[in-house]
Amino acid sequence: MSENGKSLVLSGSGVTKIFGSGAKKVVAVNKVDFEFHEKELVSIVGESGSGKTTLVKMLLGLISVTEGDIYFMGEKRDIRSRRQKKEYWKGIQAIFQDPFSSYNMFHKIDSVLLDCINMRGGRSLPRPKKIEMITEACSFVNLKYAELTNKYPFELSGGQQQRLMIARIFLLKPKILLADEPTSMIDACSRATILDMLLGLRNETGMMIIFVTHDIGLAYYISDSVYIMERGRFVESGKADAVILSPSAEYTKRLINDVPKIHSPWDFTKAAEGASV
Amino acid sequence: MKNMLEVKDLTTKYITRFHEDVYAVDHVSFCVKEGKSVGIAGESGCGKSTLALSLMGYYFPPLHYTSGEIIIDGKNISGMSPDEVRLHILGTEIAYIPQAAMNALNPTQRIIRFIEDVIRAHQPKASKKDIYDLARKRFEILNLPADVLQRHAVELSGGMKQRTVIAISTILSPKVLIADEPSSALDVSSQKMVIKMIRDLMEMGYIKSMIFITHELPLLYNVTDDIMVMYAGQLVESGSAKQMVFDPVHPYSKGLMDSIIVPEEGARDIKLAAIPGTPPNLKNPPMGCRFAERCKYMTPLCKAYAVKMTDFGDVDENGSHQGLNRSYRCLLPVHELKASYESEAKGGAAI
Amino acid sequence: MKNSLAQVFKSGKFLVGFSIIVAIVLAIIVYPLLVPGNPLEMIGVGTFFKPGTYISAYDAVNSRSFYTLNLTDAAAKRVASKLSDADREVMLEWFTLFFEENPGDVDLEEMDINDTQTLVTLWWETYDPSIRFDSMTSAKRKYIARVDAQLEGILEDADVIIAAENDDGTLSQSSVILGTDYVNVSDIASVRILPLGTDNFGRDVLKQMISACRTSLLIGLIAGTIATLIGLVLGLLSGYVGGIVDDVIMFVTNLFTVIPSFVLLILISFSIGQEQRGARVVAVVIGVTSWVWTTRSVRAQVVSLRNRDHVNLSKLSGHSLVRILIMDILPYIASYVIMAFILQVCSGILAEAQLSMLGLGPKTTQVPTLGLMMYWAMAYAAHINGAWWAYFPIVILIAIISFSLNLMNTGLDQVFNPQLRD
Repeated sequence: MSENGKSLVLSGSGVTKIFGSGAKKVVAVNKVDFEFHEKELVSIVGESGSGKTTLVKMLLGLISVTEGDIYFMGEKRDIRSRRQKKEYWKGIQAIFQDPFSSYNMFHKIDSVLLDCINMRGGRSLPRPKKIEMITEACSFVNLKYAELTNKYPFELSGGQQQRLMIARIFLLKPKILLADEPTSMIDACSRATILDMLLGLRNETGMMIIFVTHDIGLAYYISDSVYIMERGRFVESGKADAVILSPSAEYTKRLINDVPKIHSPWDFTKAAEGASV
Repeated sequence: MKNMLEVKDLTTKYITRFHEDVYAVDHVSFCVKEGKSVGIAGESGCGKSTLALSLMGYYFPPLHYTSGEIIIDGKNISGMSPDEVRLHILGTEIAYIPQAAMNALNPTQRIIRFIEDVIRAHQPKASKKDIYDLARKRFEILNLPADVLQRHAVELSGGMKQRTVIAISTILSPKVLIADEPSSALDVSSQKMVIKMIRDLMEMGYIKSMIFITHELPLLYNVTDDIMVMYAGQLVESGSAKQMVFDPVHPYSKGLMDSIIVPEEGARDIKLAAIPGTPPNLKNPPMGCRFAERCKYMTPLCKAYAVKMTDFGDVDENGSHQGLNRSYRCLLPVHELKASYESEAKGGAAI
Repeated sequence: MKNSLAQVFKSGKFLVGFSIIVAIVLAIIVYPLLVPGNPLEMIGVGTFFKPGTYISAYDAVNSRSFYTLNLTDAAAKRVASKLSDADREVMLEWFTLFFEENPGDVDLEEMDINDTQTLVTLWWETYDPSIRFDSMTSAKRKYIARVDAQLEGILEDADVIIAAENDDGTLSQSSVILGTDYVNVSDIASVRILPLGTDNFGRDVLKQMISACRTSLLIGLIAGTIATLIGLVLGLLSGYVGGIVDDVIMFVTNLFTVIPSFVLLILISFSIGQEQRGARVVAVVIGVTSWVWTTRSVRAQVVSLRNRDHVNLSKLSGHSLVRILIMDILPYIASYVIMAFILQVCSGILAEAQLSMLGLGPKTTQVPTLGLMMYWAMAYAAHINGAWWAYFPIVILIAIISFSLNLMNTGLDQVFNPQLRD
């Protein structure tokens, strides 16, 4: 399968996640279909409670899929054994929202990065070679390894920690990167740095990026295509320009209408629509 | 128009566990005129929330009042004890709404009880019926269903709770409303409802003026008349919302405004600005300009001289001086900064 | 990590608790070296000898060297130690009646009955067995006569003659002990100091208590270790793995929660039987029955950690379950587990004491434990006999151990829980 000559790296059909059973049953993700292509930057936009975090965890294989199939590199994903999981995670990695909780505070920065080299099968490399790789990864994200070595992650600022996360991805070079709100805990003026680095990483390694966010403006700014998620379903998807500038789904329209803008007036007349007691 | 809120050289500090002084609000001066709203923007840790607490006299350790004056409608409240503030200022002079205000409602009480508490704190003899009538009237005007009054907080959605809290805390028509990220925890639709209500309150004169704090610049642009940008405990620039967003002068405000992302046509073509580095440690702030370390226009003088906020001639497009003075805190002259921005924009386009 | 360790030792509460425990442990180690011997040796024939220094009377009498000391207060001291308070009261009563009939210049109001010298002098001057007061019962009169005879006996200057049987069966004088004869204590071979006296079996209470403290701490440590280990492993698995594992473990835990663990402890101890029940076995039984709340609280902590991004990231790095549990979860709850462990040690010591009081403690003939000492003191009615030394020091020791362990725990809590910091 291909679109514009690009092959599918990750797709799913009827992917569903149900928590609990009986009266307490919660359908977090409800029969979603998606197709993510090589080198594409896809955004999944949803407000809190839309099920996007659940979807992320399913895509990462951290939680099981209740129903439906996920296809990875054209083949049906099978990650039942630990070995299969490990192999799958060489192909898909993630950056999480909160850099402050993304690191084990008892491990030094060195061990975080060395771990990545080991995972790529570089366990037996000589130490100078490993240091060289780590230094390269750090310089890619504008950090100096010499200043980081023997430090703990919590000694860095939020932006620096998030950049270190990108350095980790740089070392792992996965096929797919899932970025779960990577900039929402970071100040606006450091946000551009992170976004530039993510885009740079894509150009460098040709990875596909799934960008999960609640910020529809950010999604529009960064992505090639956009999936809008509401209550566990994709209500709209397509090229970023098409979805954001001429939305067809009611929910997308309301979302875009309700976001404060600077060039066009913020329309309060439709505000009552979403109101509920 | 008279000044509703005047702040002169307000300085407040945190005293850490190790007895170090951290001046989180450092010589901040501004005034808000009747019927006007002022927004405060800045990155996390710049002191904007501390400024909010300081304005309403919320001096509980580790926060301490150091110097300066806060004058509300001619009444100086600086140096009042938190108890005095609670008795005489909160509710009637100032209302304060923090981000998580909606979670502060005791879930075992009906909404009307909170309103009774607020009113009785100032008018002990108010009858239950009068209070109910007043509350119902106010809720109707604000487009809140009157039956909310008889409900418990847990029965309401997040956005509704936040609107209810705002309605309760402004029931005595305070002179200043201080809103610290009142809608950040809500989804965009509820946020819009909250903002609409705050605007209604302003328009109907139930609140005479407002200070709105948020890190979301597009929101600030749409809510307030004027914007002040704070950096490392100090104001660095102020002006009308339009001037600040489209024509910032200070290099930090410029960076901040250039990092705005909105879902609008053309947004994809903008090059986002990034400011490298981190703000200075306020335990030991730099001698000169606090932004110098991160500024690409830094001159050797910048590190040596601390500059004061300076007014510069620009009058807003109406030709009047109703809002904040257009002022900035930088050694470089305005025209030089603007010229650099322009040439950069052209250069950027060429690349 | 180093930082928090330094913080721990800056906490006053922790430091006090820690110092007490260290002092107790030092005492446990040092005392047996200073005073060697079996702590359960029955040295006293008879029950509840009161605290004091015991000198062999035989050695004293047979001492080769007597020293003659002319000390005037010797007689007074002898009298003072023989005259009980009741005797003195009766003497005073006699004086009162006597002076009512024969007014003299003696001020009885001012008289101090503990001043033996004046009391006896006055007695010598006034007492006459032939005087009879109407208001005095004959029983009292006889009692007074006995007190007088006793006094006379004590104050008699005659020497004590020690006689031994000769070869031909007749008694002959072997030595005479004069009223002024003294023996130097350092000449006497057998002196035994019993600071806390003996218990009902005539065992040295202090020696036994030090040894018992060692056993009890050991029982606490073993019980605490077992309970914490079981609780930790089950809590980690239940919290982290979740699903059916969680359900099963929580089912068992809930089961143990609703059965009072002390009842379980009693039943298990009883069914093991007296013969098999050594100190270690009791420790294991206590450990096995008290893991429940550790499991619950560890589980709660792990559940909140399980969804932290660093754990997700560790999973994505392909780390195994055991490695994630040990490297990514355990360090975060380590401080909590240490605190739980300290409390488990404390409750282990208390549980042993409770069990032993019920007669279900360790086998009674092999080791002393604090609980067993309490048990025997109670069984032989030490509290009724006024033998406070047989139980009171034990109670205090248990209280001090428990207090200092809890103090350490509170100190740790303040260090690890920033909300409690001031």
